[in-house]
Amino acid sequence: MDRPATLSKEAHVELLRKLLLGRRFEERCAEMYALQKIGGFCHLAIGQEAVSVGAMSTLEPDDYIFCSYRDHVHAIVKGSDPGRVMAELFGRDTGLSHGKGGSMHLFDADHGILGGHAIVGAHIPLATGVAFATKYESRPQVVLCFFGEAAVNIGAFHESLNMAALWKLPCVYIVENNRYGMGTSIERASAIYDVAQRACAYDMASETVDGMDVLAVRESVGRAVALARRESKPTLIEARCYRFMGHSMSDPVHGHYRTKEEVEEQKLKDPVRRYFQQLSSQGIIDQAGLEQLNAEVRTIVDAAVEFADASPEPPASALYEDVYSEPYGPYTRSQP
Amino acid sequence: MPLITYRDALNQALREEMQRDPKVFLMGEEVGVYQGAYKVSRGLLQEFGDRRVIDTPITEEGFTGVGVGAAMVGLRPVIEMMTWNFSMLAMDQIINSAAKMLYMSGGQFRIPIVLRGPGGAAHQLAAQHSQSLESWFAHVPGLKVVAPSTPYDAKGLLKAAIRDDDPVIFCEGETLYGSKGEVPDGDYVVPIGVADVKREGTDVTIVAWSKMVSVAVKAADTLAAEGISCEIIDPRTLRPLDEAPIIASVQKTNRCVVVEEGWEYSGIGAQLAYLIHRDAFSDLDAPVTRVTGADVPMPYAKNLEHLATPSAARVVEAVKQVLYID
Amino acid sequence: MASRVVMPKLSDTMEEGKILRWLKQEGDKVETGQTLAEVETDKATVEMEAYTNGVIRKLVASPGDTIKIGATIAVIGSPDEDISALLESAAPPPAAQARPVPTAMPIRATAPPQVVSHDAATNRALRASPLALRMAAEAGVDLNALQGSGPQGRVIKRDIEAAIAKASASQASAAPAQPVGDVQEIVLSSMRRTIAKRLVQSKAPVPHFYLTVDVAADRLWDAYRALREENYPISLNDVIIKASASALKRHPEVNASFAGDHVKQYSRVHIGLAVALEDGLITPVIRDADSKSLADIAEEVRELVDRARNRRLQPHEYTGATFSISNLGMMGIEEFSAIINPPEAAILAVGALREVPVVEGGQVKIGRRMKMTLSVDHRVADGAQGARFLATLKRMLENPLLIG
Ligand SMILES: Cc1ncc(C[n+]2csc(CCOP(=O)(O)OP(=O)(O)O)c2C)c(N)n1
Ligand SMILES: [Mg+2]
Repeated sequence: MDRPATLSKEAHVELLRKLLLGRRFEERCAEMYALQKIGGFCHLAIGQEAVSVGAMSTLEPDDYIFCSYRDHVHAIVKGSDPGRVMAELFGRDTGLSHGKGGSMHLFDADHGILGGHAIVGAHIPLATGVAFATKYESRPQVVLCFFGEAAVNIGAFHESLNMAALWKLPCVYIVENNRYGMGTSIERASAIYDVAQRACAYDMASETVDGMDVLAVRESVGRAVALARRESKPTLIEARCYRFMGHSMSDPVHGHYRTKEEVEEQKLKDPVRRYFQQLSSQGIIDQAGLEQLNAEVRTIVDAAVEFADASPEPPASALYEDVYSEPYGPYTRSQP
Repeated sequence: MPLITYRDALNQALREEMQRDPKVFLMGEEVGVYQGAYKVSRGLLQEFGDRRVIDTPITEEGFTGVGVGAAMVGLRPVIEMMTWNFSMLAMDQIINSAAKMLYMSGGQFRIPIVLRGPGGAAHQLAAQHSQSLESWFAHVPGLKVVAPSTPYDAKGLLKAAIRDDDPVIFCEGETLYGSKGEVPDGDYVVPIGVADVKREGTDVTIVAWSKMVSVAVKAADTLAAEGISCEIIDPRTLRPLDEAPIIASVQKTNRCVVVEEGWEYSGIGAQLAYLIHRDAFSDLDAPVTRVTGADVPMPYAKNLEHLATPSAARVVEAVKQVLYID
Repeated sequence: MASRVVMPKLSDTMEEGKILRWLKQEGDKVETGQTLAEVETDKATVEMEAYTNGVIRKLVASPGDTIKIGATIAVIGSPDEDISALLESAAPPPAAQARPVPTAMPIRATAPPQVVSHDAATNRALRASPLALRMAAEAGVDLNALQGSGPQGRVIKRDIEAAIAKASASQASAAPAQPVGDVQEIVLSSMRRTIAKRLVQSKAPVPHFYLTVDVAADRLWDAYRALREENYPISLNDVIIKASASALKRHPEVNASFAGDHVKQYSRVHIGLAVALEDGLITPVIRDADSKSLADIAEEVRELVDRARNRRLQPHEYTGATFSISNLGMMGIEEFSAIINPPEAAILAVGALREVPVVEGGQVKIGRRMKMTLSVDHRVADGAQGARFLATLKRMLENPLLIG
């Protein structure tokens, strides 16, 4: 089931289209956040799109993913309807979680999206557990688990990697190393600079890859997915990337912890532009083609916003729904 | 008296205590270079250096344990939980180490640690980021739990907590940081375990703490316009609880409404209701009534979040209920 | 809106009433003022009226049931409305004998669980806030007599406060037995007030004193005989009533009642007549007896006594007297003293008319004599005042032409 090493022209354009969709969607989120259509914390993946797009291009539709709160692009690339994602960010009834999850908690069972999680590192054991289950039932699915480089300092990360290696679980751990937590650089938080080396402690396969290069990510994750699917073995992949925005929409772009120059320098490596240039130099797409793709994804994003905007808020009756799998009668009379 | 924010009041307390005692240090995620996730530690790294203002990896269990160990041998750590939601990861260190060390060692090892950070809902932070967990900690013998509602109380209580020889869980309010109040410059202490009457009244006792005090005040203003006089008591410390003023107030008003941001089930209000029934049973003209957060994980949608959070309107309703006014 | 029909308080001392029979059945239409049931109180059998229009939806109590005041005995409403909520809080029969009476004190002391049971189907739950229980106990308010205004009829602070206010108002004005009429209030002198206080301490609640006279009833007897021969249906007692009323008119200080910090003197005279029943006593009232003719009084007394014996008196017919007469003469009692019926200030105890040897003009003759003892509330009047009233009465009875 391995992907062919060389992609068709259409497949390349499709990858580019996904990168563009992710980028335009996130930009629109920033705008909607400013207009207060989106509330709460809102973490954008602008600059990091190549990691999710490249990684997921190796998956079958029924494979699973877990991610952190920085999850919009992951959900859309994995197959969620952008309108339902935007509706969730707007807190509307038509959202993926009927407005109850919001930006940090995107779940879509139909597309194998097992959540955005907002406790750093807490989803790593969950992903490990799903991999355990697919192996236990001899199912073919693999699990991709995305998290930031700061999460590797969480105890749960180590406990999970140990078990995954010990039990040979089909899980690919993908560190989106954007160099910072909120404002703490990896140098100031981690005793080891090379995150991939952490795998040594568990005798686990690992790779370090340029996370700004969608094809490199695709290749690297493709190997790991193949290993997981064929031999049921885990891999730790460190994708070195960079976020162009602040940690969340409540943060400035650089703040005290990094310089403007650093951000500008990194922007030169913009994974979307870089991939377009790559394709255009190979004659796969030209400027007009790019514009057409852009127009296409803009229409999708516009429709998503329109859909979200027109959607109703969840009804008050939803407040007590889905607390338990049985209909929930609050146990006290004093509830509103 | 200068009018300053709750955030700056806490900042003053930290700064003054760090100046006063070299054994005091501040540790947590983003407390240094980033100046604090909520900017409570602004300027401290610059003043005290990275020996005493320490950025940690995201390792709640780990750095809480480091703090407890340092406290065993005489340091006075102030550990910042970025929010109390993340303290779940450190629960083992808080409950099994900090709260029990003195007892288990037969009185040999005190744990003078302060664990502080914001709790409660802010705006649309959804289920994992909106919790009021003070009742979890208040359940545990060995811990003290403090939840100030005003800048004045925040500064005075944080200083008291840092000087206290036992582990103190210091619950700040995420949406209180920007609120302003009068705070004296320089040293003063608000003792732990002393409640405060925030407003005197005759018809009903409202017990509220942290953010809920302002909700109670708003309700009391509305009710005052209707001729109903509310007495608002802020326990300030949830463990050990200053019971006497609450009982005395209920004996005066014959009724009580407890306003609690957290969930109703096994909440602090349940304990208060019990105490009042125990000590003021024959003074009650109506059951102790509670206004609490809805018994659900916090929903993200704005309208649902409103429904799930105690409001002044719900407090007004509860007060009328205990006054038998339809 | 459906409403509950509760056991009404039909006498000042009534605590419970027995349903003798229903005059309306479930489904019957009723209008305000129509008789719903006959209820036996401690004093009388009373016709209970409807206070609202509608249809009898439910008769909660059955004939023979004894029901506490305030408890639901029926529900009146429109034919199809839902009355389940009202029934839920209704008091099912039979109440009184079945269980100990839940008063405030025992509840606090022993709290029998069934008293506060929520099982409305089998138990009348007394619902009261803890504060109300305490206040009731301290103030001596009977919780069972109150209809709580809280949820599910819970008696709460304001209900007790209202009851206390009402009680002190009625103590002050002696309601509900308050005589109607023009009232003159006489400020207590400090001596009188001290006397009032001291005497209460020595003999609570009403400090009595007694004055006895022996009436020469020869002329009275002659007049009575003459009227009887004319088939005039009067009794000696009727004459005594009339004479007492006239005397009271002249001595209003005895036609009065004590009201805590002042004395009420009544200008109208309502005579209560103690009537012995098989198992007790009732005092029907002849209103404005001073201005009624002897014949009218006679007829009214006959009629009232008759109904009293059949327990058919309405509450207003046996309350509101300003003075009472108790005549045990026909039972052969020569002389006795009676206990004052509060809030009245005096009662006249009339003994038997007896033949005695009397010396008149140096000769022994058969004379007729009748002893009367006046019991007086010392807080209201002194011995001299009582004596003056008694002298007037005696003079009238000895010269019947003076009556009127
Ligand atoms: C257990 C826990 N502690 C603290 C936080 C607050 N927090 C949210 S994101 C974040 C930084 C995480 O950085 P990283 O894992 O590198 O992910 P990135 O945001 O860079 O994608 C922190 C400290 C949290 N959500 N959970
Ligand atoms: Mg990061």
